[in-house]
Order: sequence, then C-alpha cells, then structure tokens
Amino acid sequence: MRNIAEQEAGTYALLLGNEAIARGALEAGVQFCAAYPGTPSSEIIGTLATVAKDIGIYVEWSVNEKVATEVAAAAAFSGLRGLAAMKNAGADVALDFLTHLNLTSIGDGGGALLLVVCDDPQAHSSAEEVDTRWIAKIANAPLLEPADVQEAKDLTKWAFGLSEEFKCWCFLRSYTRLSHAHSGVMLGEIPQPEKKAVFDTTKHYIPFPTTPKHAILHEKLLKVQEIFESSPFNSYTGPEQPELLIICSGSGWPCSLDAVEILGLRESVGILKLVTLWPFPQRFVAKYLTRTTRVLVVEEVDPFVEAHVKETAASHSAEVLPLEIYGKNSGHINPVGEITPDGVIHALAEIFKLEYQAREASYEQMVQDIAKPLVIDRGMLWCPGCPHRASFLSLRKAIRRDGRKAVVVGDIGCYTLDIFPYGPQQSNVLHCMGSGAGEACGFGQLASLGSEQPAIGICGDSTFFHASIPALINAVYNKSNMTLLVLDNYATAMTGFQPHPGTGRTATQDTTTVVSIENLCRALGCKVEVRDPFDIKETTATLCELMRDESGPKVLILRRKCELLRMRQERKRPYRVWVDPEKCGGGKCVFCYKVFQCPALSQNKETGKAQVLEEICPGCGVCADICPYKAIVKEEIR
Amino acid sequence: MAISGDPLNLIICGVGGQGNILISGLIGNALMKKGYHVTIGETFGASQRGGAVFSTLRMSTKKSYGPLIPQGKAHLILGLEPLETLRMLQRYGNPGVVCVTNTHPVLTIGALSQKEKYPSCNELKGAIEKLSKLACFVDATSIALKLGAPIVVNIIMVGALIGSGQLALERVDVENEMRNIFPPERMKLNLRALEMGIGRKA
Repeated sequence: MRNIAEQEAGTYALLLGNEAIARGALEAGVQFCAAYPGTPSSEIIGTLATVAKDIGIYVEWSVNEKVATEVAAAAAFSGLRGLAAMKNAGADVALDFLTHLNLTSIGDGGGALLLVVCDDPQAHSSAEEVDTRWIAKIANAPLLEPADVQEAKDLTKWAFGLSEEFKCWCFLRSYTRLSHAHSGVMLGEIPQPEKKAVFDTTKHYIPFPTTPKHAILHEKLLKVQEIFESSPFNSYTGPEQPELLIICSGSGWPCSLDAVEILGLRESVGILKLVTLWPFPQRFVAKYLTRTTRVLVVEEVDPFVEAHVKETAASHSAEVLPLEIYGKNSGHINPVGEITPDGVIHALAEIFKLEYQAREASYEQMVQDIAKPLVIDRGMLWCPGCPHRASFLSLRKAIRRDGRKAVVVGDIGCYTLDIFPYGPQQSNVLHCMGSGAGEACGFGQLASLGSEQPAIGICGDSTFFHASIPALINAVYNKSNMTLLVLDNYATAMTGFQPHPGTGRTATQDTTTVVSIENLCRALGCKVEVRDPFDIKETTATLCELMRDESGPKVLILRRKCELLRMRQERKRPYRVWVDPEKCGGGKCVFCYKVFQCPALSQNKETGKAQVLEEICPGCGVCADICPYKAIVKEEIR
Repeated sequence: MAISGDPLNLIICGVGGQGNILISGLIGNALMKKGYHVTIGETFGASQRGGAVFSTLRMSTKKSYGPLIPQGKAHLILGLEPLETLRMLQRYGNPGVVCVTNTHPVLTIGALSQKEKYPSCNELKGAIEKLSKLACFVDATSIALKLGAPIVVNIIMVGALIGSGQLALERVDVENEMRNIFPPERMKLNLRALEMGIGRKA
C-alpha cells in the first residue's frame, strides 16, 4: 500500500475509492480505525495501516466486523474519531451491535464513529449482494452514499462532523464501482491528531429504558433530516421542467449521465443526485417531483430510494401532479446485479420509445459469428502450488474410502473455489463466514435422527478466528460428531494476505502473541490432529480415521503457507519438476491435468504425455506424489 | 495518428497475475499529469491468479466520467492476452476500435484440463483483426522471456501502446511514472522492456 498521507493538500491525485475514503478519514482527524478484511473494502484499513505510525493513529485488523465496530466505538466514547470498515457481509455480522448503539449516544466527549460498508452488487467477490442500506433504517443511523471518488473523500470527512454533532454513528455506503475505481481527487489538509482519549465515568451509556430512548433517537433523526433537506451533496442538473426526472444514487449517477449523453436527452431529462439517503430528504425531493410527471429511479440492488420517492410522492400528493414512477418495481431497472450505463440506456429507450443499438447490426452479427464461438470462459481455480488443491484431493479420497456419503460444508475463503465451475465440487453446502463449522455441527448431530453420514466442516485460519469458534464450542457442548478441517495457510489470502490472530503480526507490522489454533481446540476438548496437506497419504488416512471416530468434534488442521505468500518471502522454487514421458500414462491416465488440475500441468499435444509448464510451475513438487505412474519427478533446488 | 474521442475509452485486459492493474495506474497517472480527467474501473472478481481481469480507463478534457464503459463504446483495447482481447471486443468492440495485443496465450483451466479447446493463435488473430479497425500484434511474452523476466509483459505492452501512436502519451510521460512505482534497482529492466515494446509496433 502506498503512503497517501505523503501527498500534500492542494494536490490533484489519482486515488482508489478506498484510498479516498481513507484520506477523507485522515483529513477529518480520525485516530482509531478497525476492520476485518473483505473485498471490496480491504484497502481502506490497508491504506490507513500504512500511514498509522507516521501520523500517530491506531489501526487494527480485528477478528471480525462486530468486534471491529465495538473497538472503534470505544474510541468514540472516549472522545476520539473512530472508523470501522467492512464489506457487505461484514455489516451483517456487526448488525446486533449496530442496532443497539444509537439507542445510547456515542459519548459526550466530542467523539465520532463512522461505519463504512462496501457493498458488492453483482457479487464480483462475495457470496451475496445484500443491499446494506436498509441497516441504516433498522439501526436508525444517518446514511450517505457517495457517487464518485472525490465525493467519497469529501463525504467521509463531512460524516465525522455529522456523527460528532448528533452523537450517533453514521453510515457511509460504498460499493464495488466506487471502492475499486480510481479517479482524480483534490486533497485537503491532514491535521495532526492530538486529542487524548478520556472517558467520563460519571456517565452511563446503556439502551435502557429502551422505548423512550428509541423515541429520543427518532427525534434526533428528524434534526438530521433537516440538515439533509438542504445538503449541498444532493444536486440537480437539467431543465427547469424535465419531461422525465431521473432520481439516482451511488453508481446510478455516472451511469445515468452516460445514458442521457449517449441518447442525446439532455434537453428533456433532469438528473437529481441523492447522496444523503436516510433520513430521506422528503421536502427536497418533493420540490423536484412537482416539476415533472415522470420519474425514473436509478440505484444499485434494492429499491431503497425508489420506496422513499414513492412515500414522498404519497405524502406530498396535494402538491405533485399524478406521477408515473419507473424503476425496479416497474421492471425498467434490474433489481439484481450492478447498474450499468446500458441498463439505464435501455430503461430510457423504453420510456421514450427510442430505438437503441449499442453498435450497428452488421458488426453485432460479426461478433456473434466470429467471436462467440471462440471465447471460452476463463474459470478460476487455485494458484499453482496452492495447498488447498492437495487438501481437496485428500478430502475426496477420504470420502470415497469411507463410503458413507459424508456431507461436506464449505466456507468463505480461497477454498470456496472448490465449488466454482472447474473446481472439484466437494462442498455440498456453503453459505457464509463460519457456517462451515456451524452447519457441520448440525449435520454431525443427526445420527440420533437416522443419519448415517459423517459430517465435515471446512474453514480457513482467518475464518476460524472470525466466526467458527462458537460453533466449535457448540459441537463440544452438544457432542456433535463433526470433523472440522482448518485449512491454515498463514494468511487471509483471498483478500490480500492480511495478518490475523494466528500470524503473530498486527496490521501495523508489530509482533504479537500467536493464538494457536490447535491449543485453543484442545482446550475446548476437541481431538486435534495437524498434518501437512502435501502429505496426501497421511492426510487422507487421518481424515478417514477422524470420520470414523464418534466421540464428538474432531479438528484436522492442514497447515502449509499460501504459495503466493511463500514465493513472496522466499523468492525461490524448492524443486525442479518434470515429467518422465517413458513412465507417463498420458491420455489413458489424465489424472494430473484433468483431475488434480494444477495450471502448471497440461497434455503435450504432440506426445500425448503430461508436461510441466516451466513458466508457471512454482516447484512445490506435490504433483510428484499424486502421479499414479510415478512419472512426475521432483529434484530439490539448492 | 492518435485515436480521438471524448470521453476516450481504453480497456486494459489480461489474466490475474499479469500486472494489469499496475499498468492501468501507470497509464492513468501519466494521462492525468497531462491534464486529462481520468477514471479507472477495475473488474477482477475473486481472482488472485488465473481469472480474467480488466480495467476500464476513461479520459476526458471535460470532466471525470464514471468507471464503466457502455457496451460497444471502446476506442482502444490494450490486451495482455489474446483471448481476453477478443472477449473485450465481444462486449465493447465496434468498427472503429483499435487493438494492441499480446499474441501469447495463457491457457484457461478448462483448456489445460482438456475440457474445452483454446482457439489457435491464427483463429484469435483473425477474429481480432476482423473486429477492429486496426490490430497491432506483439509477442510480448517471447520478448519478456528473452529479457529473462516473464513479469515484464505488461510494460512491454505499454511500450507497444506508445509505439502504436494511438494514445496521446509519450515515452517520457510513462518513464516518469515508472520512476514513481518501481524501486531504482528494477528500473533498468523495466525501461528495457518499455523500449522493446515501443520498437515492436506493428
């Protein structure tokens, strides 16, 4: 991560959306930042961790998003500005705390708390595309959604002030097309944070008595709404009385601008960009509703703005003309996936009854005839040398040898690639962080209800700490016959190798206590084994043995460093690997390139034998042990 | 002559691990210092290595555009891998598009495991040529291997882009940006790669 604090105020810099959010927090004088990594949010804390020591602020990778929010709240209660960042699914984890927090204030010492959630419409790197904006309503928190990178920085900075003024946490919703977009940003000053953390112990921040405090919170939100009604972040461009009014938020804004420009509708369509989304600025929106008879709402995922536009139209029915409101409910805008310029173009074309073709028909036909037959999918699978490939091979072998149709519950991490189109597809059930252990605990409990199938849960090292431990305790307590595979690769690999409690390193690269997974599991009362996943024979045998053991939960830790991390640290290959064509079974075997599927292994088209692609092979040597013909040779490189 | 358009839509595509995002930033920063408004969108999903990755770069003299390029609206495609170049043409191509692409394939996992066929080099080149106004082919991977560093394919292709003369970007602009991202000991190799790319224009 580069040091964004080195860039001076007044510089116009190309920043990633997440860097802009980090810069905005620094410009607001943030002193305490916490997060659990998750795409597309990880660069926020990654960036802040890089500058933490220079500026003198505290930054941590927390064990999960709920804890990240709780620790950042403690800073707010002590008079400091705190930030918690997470992906969409992380906000679900933090939800319990979030719904309680604004029932109390967040302190009286001038502190502030900003929650940044990066949603992932289209689920580019998520297992869900939940629209977390509803959390703002559920938890009674002011909600802001920036529409470009500059605004992401400015709004982050402003939101801290709002949080401080109203003593409530505020919610900044980002999304993939903002968090992972670069654009020019005019930078402001970064103050030197000097405030000392002090908590006034004469005060008590508790949600009881709940109902009166709920009422106070509603009153507070009415005041926030007043501010939102005249917020300069909301803006209108277009004719005084547009034929159609687009009301948009977030990514819907640049997509609407593109669509209107491409269709040449600037004279007839107005665009109202909303940034302060909850409490909804009803009067401000009603003012624009009175100037038109047709409205198109453009936003990402759920009809959040749309619902409030309709509510606004209903409560201002005396002022507005009868309105046609288009959007998700009318079928003009897709209620799933991300918003694109094309999505808005098609909606406008339908409303205005325009013919639109993205390109001429003859070219489109050529694409269909020439490109389509050639373009095959580029599936994703584990990197060459990845320990997970070997772990899943052992899992497959053990399940077959056991023969009782074991149920496998997957989890979220690089090992999720198991269920991708080219993966070995061993996981039968897979949902969210920690559900590998939780659901397996349930499957392991079904023997008394007739099940004869063993239950296997999977988690990674970071996932283990994040959300698997309570499920494991449940398994011990209720004597569930599950086997938990902990695929320990020494990193939160999928999101960019962030450290976690098992690595002995903090976000700011300080050394710290290593939390031992095996010691923890043994202390809970689990039977624990540790194996090297590259020892496929031993791993398979151990797994078979554990599946037969019906004494309660068992934990098998398969430990080997992520190959990308190893290569980064060691910068050399351990083995030179090649195929002996004399021994290779070639087309009658196919095991290495068709079943094991390391991208460094393929079939030589001329000889029909397997071959190792030198430029890809990291020299891990595990394929030498999986070859049924013993035709793959590994030679140690000294 | 450089291709024109405002916004001008450039796509940089390749496979995870080829350094696509690094060169998008390099080109974007160089363009911004020349006074353009630049926005770059990155699409990489869950891929660390091996998945399709592409960046959309939009430059304008007027304002910052959103990161997404509408269908059929690319002006220029810089491809680090030929199948990925064709994939981008499929969605963003039009009769006026210019492609500058590496011709060396990175086989897909389905092709490696013999589950499907990766098109031949000639099939890919033919299709790319037919779907572009102009296609510049560079075997950047072979050049990189000659330099002893497969990792510099991306920089060679930036060189090829400059060499093509299609983008308002000079060698010196890119060299200056390279000094901001590479440590001094890596500069010699990367400058050599850039030079080799520039010389290899079609």
